[in-house]
Amino acid sequence: MVRYILQRLGYMLLTLFLIATFSFFLMKMLPGSPMKAEQKLSEAQLEILYEKYNLDDPVPVQYINYLGNLAQGDLGVSFQMNNQPVTALLASRIPVSAHLGFQAMILGTILGMLLGLVAAVRNNSWIDYTSNVISVIGISIPSFIFAGLLQYFVGVKLGLLPIAFWEGFQHTIMPTIALAIFPLAIAARFLRTEMIEVLGSDYIVTARAKGVTKGGIMFKHGLRNALIPLVTVMGPMAVSLMTGTLVIEQIFSIPGIGEQFVTSVTTNDFPVIMGTTLFFAFFFILIILVIDILYGIIDPRIRLAGGKD
Amino acid sequence: MDKILEVNDLHISFDTYGGEVKAVRGVTFDLKKGETLAIVGESGSGKSVTTRALARLIPSPPGRIKQGEILFDGKDLAKLKEKEMQQIRGKDISTIFQDPMTSLNPTMKIGNQIMEGLIKHQKMSRAQAKSRAIELLELVGLPNPTERINQYPHQFSGGQRQRVVIAIALACNPKILIADEPTTALDVTIQAQILELMKDIQKKTESSIIFITHDLGVVANVADRVAVMYAGKIVEIGTVDEIFYNPKHPYTWGLLGSMPTLDNTEDSLIAIPGSPPDMLKPPKGDAFAPRNEYALEIDKEMEPPMFKVSDTHYAATWLLHEYAPDIEPPEAVKRRMKGFAKTGAGNSKEGERP
Ligand SMILES: Nc1ncnc2c1ncn2[C@@H]1O[C@H](COP(=O)(O)OP(=O)(O)OP(=O)(O)O)[C@@H](O)[C@H]1O
Ligand code: SF4
Ligand SMILES: [Mg+2]
Repeated sequence: MVRYILQRLGYMLLTLFLIATFSFFLMKMLPGSPMKAEQKLSEAQLEILYEKYNLDDPVPVQYINYLGNLAQGDLGVSFQMNNQPVTALLASRIPVSAHLGFQAMILGTILGMLLGLVAAVRNNSWIDYTSNVISVIGISIPSFIFAGLLQYFVGVKLGLLPIAFWEGFQHTIMPTIALAIFPLAIAARFLRTEMIEVLGSDYIVTARAKGVTKGGIMFKHGLRNALIPLVTVMGPMAVSLMTGTLVIEQIFSIPGIGEQFVTSVTTNDFPVIMGTTLFFAFFFILIILVIDILYGIIDPRIRLAGGKD
Repeated sequence: MDKILEVNDLHISFDTYGGEVKAVRGVTFDLKKGETLAIVGESGSGKSVTTRALARLIPSPPGRIKQGEILFDGKDLAKLKEKEMQQIRGKDISTIFQDPMTSLNPTMKIGNQIMEGLIKHQKMSRAQAKSRAIELLELVGLPNPTERINQYPHQFSGGQRQRVVIAIALACNPKILIADEPTTALDVTIQAQILELMKDIQKKTESSIIFITHDLGVVANVADRVAVMYAGKIVEIGTVDEIFYNPKHPYTWGLLGSMPTLDNTEDSLIAIPGSPPDMLKPPKGDAFAPRNEYALEIDKEMEPPMFKVSDTHYAATWLLHEYAPDIEPPEAVKRRMKGFAKTGAGNSKEGERP
């Protein structure tokens, strides 16, 4: 298992390196310059700025420098935001996004699982149909529509909740709900299908034949087996949350990493774009690793295969 | 021998989109202490449905027990509440299923799967249950039980898994063991081992076994009595010898005729013509009549009752009626019957030969 995880960490580093390289050269190919965006600068002033940020070096030299800094954990400084180091910017914004994403993920999966479970047990009842409708809506309608609807009805019409900013729990409610609907729909759908399938399998009959109670059948024998495939969609779900935050943070003016990313793209703030991209990549790979490990814990058939090599 | 189970006029139906599937249509039999009753019959004749109903394992919906009694230990299991039934399942009535590859929970250690029933029914502590589980695995002939108890089903072969399934079924010394084609999914040598194992265990525990199989050779090997099912009914029931040497029902003739034997050089297998009836619309008269070359006029109108052949032997065919013409089984089947008598295909428990 340890060896397996080390191996995975190795791959992780390699992937990050490739993404860093790729995004670096992509940035170099982008038209436009971070300096021209706002102020009208003279040629001489531009020279000075380029010199200052080492943008006048040949590209290979810049690349080597970039990698060197990266290896030391230095992501450079922002061109726009008062020359703050990118790491400091990320550090101030990641907690906000993580808070939002985590809250949405927890809310979404737990409610979704409950819904899916009830729908599976009351198969073909009105609860099942309702759950089905919710799932279809949640999967097919993007989160920013819900965000807008929530803002309009709950925020503006009813005046129940603040429609923007990040200044306390109340401010987190609407963005969390908007973001949670997709994972909720996915979890509900998946768990329902899986649970129905599992509850119809032979080993459930074996368990019933042993005299196991209904609760035991559901949770001890059913749920665990039904969760295995759900774990596989958690990765895509986390990613959808990540891309969801890009938009949701913008809509609710939440000072998270997504909002910063969108701004940095519109202002050609290269170091911030690259830093954030790397962070997203890192996060994504980490999620996949965690899910693989989780998978092994839930499914003994995988654990064995992982433990052997 | 004492009766341990008595089934009276059991009817089971499934409500499907196409209508009511009358899977079991009035099954009556009893089971005595320590005996093995084999149930044979074509695919779809209702063997599994009947036996699953005994432990109330029919999925409901769509299935339901429409009518009839299942008397066990002074109670009618057909009407028992689910909660009470849970006390009986696994403790008094256990089931071994056909496919060992799918009948174990893939994410639970086999030790826990065996211990579950012990902890529930025998109120054992985990430690006690564990040592009993190790004992059980030894009993069913699985090497290294102490280590294997911590393994998962995928780490076992098919034959080993079936041993585990048997260990689970035996855990609480059930009074009735239902084995629904327990060896069909296994290769021939393992089949023989598992059958031996079940016979051994039965000697030790004195439980009664209901054994479903398609293999008449297995019947001859393990059973005391045989029930022949056709289209949701028992059409003939009797001791092994009565069924093998003196079958009365044309469907039983057909089954015996279609059974491969090692020494059947002279005649080829005789297939039963046609196919079983549609259980959505069971025919009015005898369900076997359309496939039966000996069918009488009355067969198309009225179902035959059970006629008594001997104290232990009954068959539902009008041919046994006193006014019916005397019809002998076909020559090929007769030769078969003689063959069984000669080679002793029937088991020797009963001793008598007709
Ligand atoms: N869940 C169900 N829904 C509808 N019909 C069912 C269901 N289970 C069984 N049946 C019907 O009940 C009848 C008897 O099936 P059963 O499984 O008892 O046959 P069997 O004698 O065990 O056959 P086999 O030898 O193939 O195992 C069949 O006609 C089958 O279609
Ligand atoms: S009752 Fe009639 S149709 Fe049925 S088995 Fe006997 S002879 Fe054949
Ligand atoms: Mg069957």
